[in-house]
Amino acid sequence: MNSNIYKEIILDHYKNPRNFGKMNGADIKVKDVNPLCGDEIEMQMKFNGSKLKEIKFTGQGCAISMASASLLSESAKGKRIDDLKKMNKDDILKLLGIDISSVRLKCALLSLKAFKTGLYLFLGRNGEEKWENL
Amino acid sequence: MLDAEKVREDFPILNRKINGKPLIFLDNTSTSQKPKQVIDAIKNYYEEHNANPHRSIYKLCEEATEIYEKSHEEVAKFINASGKEEIVFVRNTNEAMNLLMYSWAMQNLKSGDEILLTMMEHHANIVPWQFLQRQGVKLKFVNLTKDGNLDNEDLKNKLTKLVKLVSITHCSNVLGTINDVKEISKLAHDNGSLFVLDGAQSVPHMQVDVKDVDCDFLAFSGHKMLAPMNIGVLYGKKEYLQNMEPFMRGSDMIKEVGLTDTTWNDLPWKFEAGTPNVEGAVGLSAAIKYLDKIGMKEIQKHEQNIKEYAMKKMLDVDGIVVYGPLGERAGLISFNLHKIHSHDVAQVLDNFGIAIRSGHHCAIPLMKYLGIQSAARASFYLYTTKEEIDKFVAALQKTKMVFK
Repeated sequence: MNSNIYKEIILDHYKNPRNFGKMNGADIKVKDVNPLCGDEIEMQMKFNGSKLKEIKFTGQGCAISMASASLLSESAKGKRIDDLKKMNKDDILKLLGIDISSVRLKCALLSLKAFKTGLYLFLGRNGEEKWENL
Repeated sequence: MLDAEKVREDFPILNRKINGKPLIFLDNTSTSQKPKQVIDAIKNYYEEHNANPHRSIYKLCEEATEIYEKSHEEVAKFINASGKEEIVFVRNTNEAMNLLMYSWAMQNLKSGDEILLTMMEHHANIVPWQFLQRQGVKLKFVNLTKDGNLDNEDLKNKLTKLVKLVSITHCSNVLGTINDVKEISKLAHDNGSLFVLDGAQSVPHMQVDVKDVDCDFLAFSGHKMLAPMNIGVLYGKKEYLQNMEPFMRGSDMIKEVGLTDTTWNDLPWKFEAGTPNVEGAVGLSAAIKYLDKIGMKEIQKHEQNIKEYAMKKMLDVDGIVVYGPLGERAGLISFNLHKIHSHDVAQVLDNFGIAIRSGHHCAIPLMKYLGIQSAARASFYLYTTKEEIDKFVAALQKTKMVFK
């Protein structure tokens, strides 16, 4: 059976998402939805100089969307903004460690889209990050 | 009695393996698979008869014209319309609704007039009408009862004198509810309102008789009833179609064209601008022939058997929530499995070669009304077998294990 998409790491992050919840005094809050699934995510971020000090997320969605948000938050926390700007689709897929079909790609990348929107918002650019730029 | 095993021999795609497993196609509400009779008819059309109908006098064109016009007659017969003048070919149900919105509603409704819809409509029967809000037309939606039927009291209360058009689905693509459209048609007409029926989920699965229902318009799609995609039907009573302006303008829908003035062609061609989808019409004719041969009553009976079998087995799955009426309903069952997102359910089922729908089913207002983000849906047709249902339910149990 080819159900490898639900590998242990994904199920673990889905059932026990890291950095799930809200924070006080966030610098940035970004909400995003994936209309195809109805997946919703809200990213909250706090920065410390040139670094991402804290990151939290809330939302609901499929295992892929929730696991990728959890993995992203874990990976991004404490990193320099300059490095985070380079974070892309391939990084998320590497974190998930699975092949994703094109129909599920947006599930996997919703958190990255919200994250990048927030990052650029912090850097003074308004407007949503586009799917094609991820 | 319908022999599903025998029927299956006509559907080449059912021999496919998905992830090493035989395909179990349970997404018939989205689209149906095609029998070789339909595929062969289209092949034969291109190999023997292809030309642009209504245009020229040579033999092939005469044949293409005859085939194309006859297809309208066959559709008319299938739904018991008076003749081909009442059958307009469109791309799908969605386009039929747009035609009605532009050609009838936009011309005839004024500020303050109302359109009555229901909470169980597909986007195709909501979004086109929203366009009329800019001319002051108000949309109202009939509420549902707890078990997923239309709230008849609410319908009667909302059917005021300002309601000029009532447009409802015959059968909900999410809840499986079969609405008592004969009764609603009567209520609408007693109120002086026009009655539009969305037959996308009913015409492929049961006998729909436009004279019996007494609908003024009926819209449905070919691809959900064994025909190709991009051929659909708008039935309309002649008295209404005659007085409507075309919504697409151009070639073949004209009688006389001057530089500034044009007179319209006869029905139904007045509504079919441009080179038509003849292969779609050929496929639709072949599909109707196929369905007729088996018989709509037999097909409905078979689907009801499968539905009852599936419902019983599904309700035994711990943690499942099923949406819609538990009594009389169509051959489709929407559900959620514990807290597992419908996309995850569909993804795991795909590993077993089982195709189901997941997501919002083009009915976001209904999803919100039900208080859910999405749902999974298994839907059946004339080729669905009980063995497939057994495998499907076993796969649901395995899905639960994955997310345990």
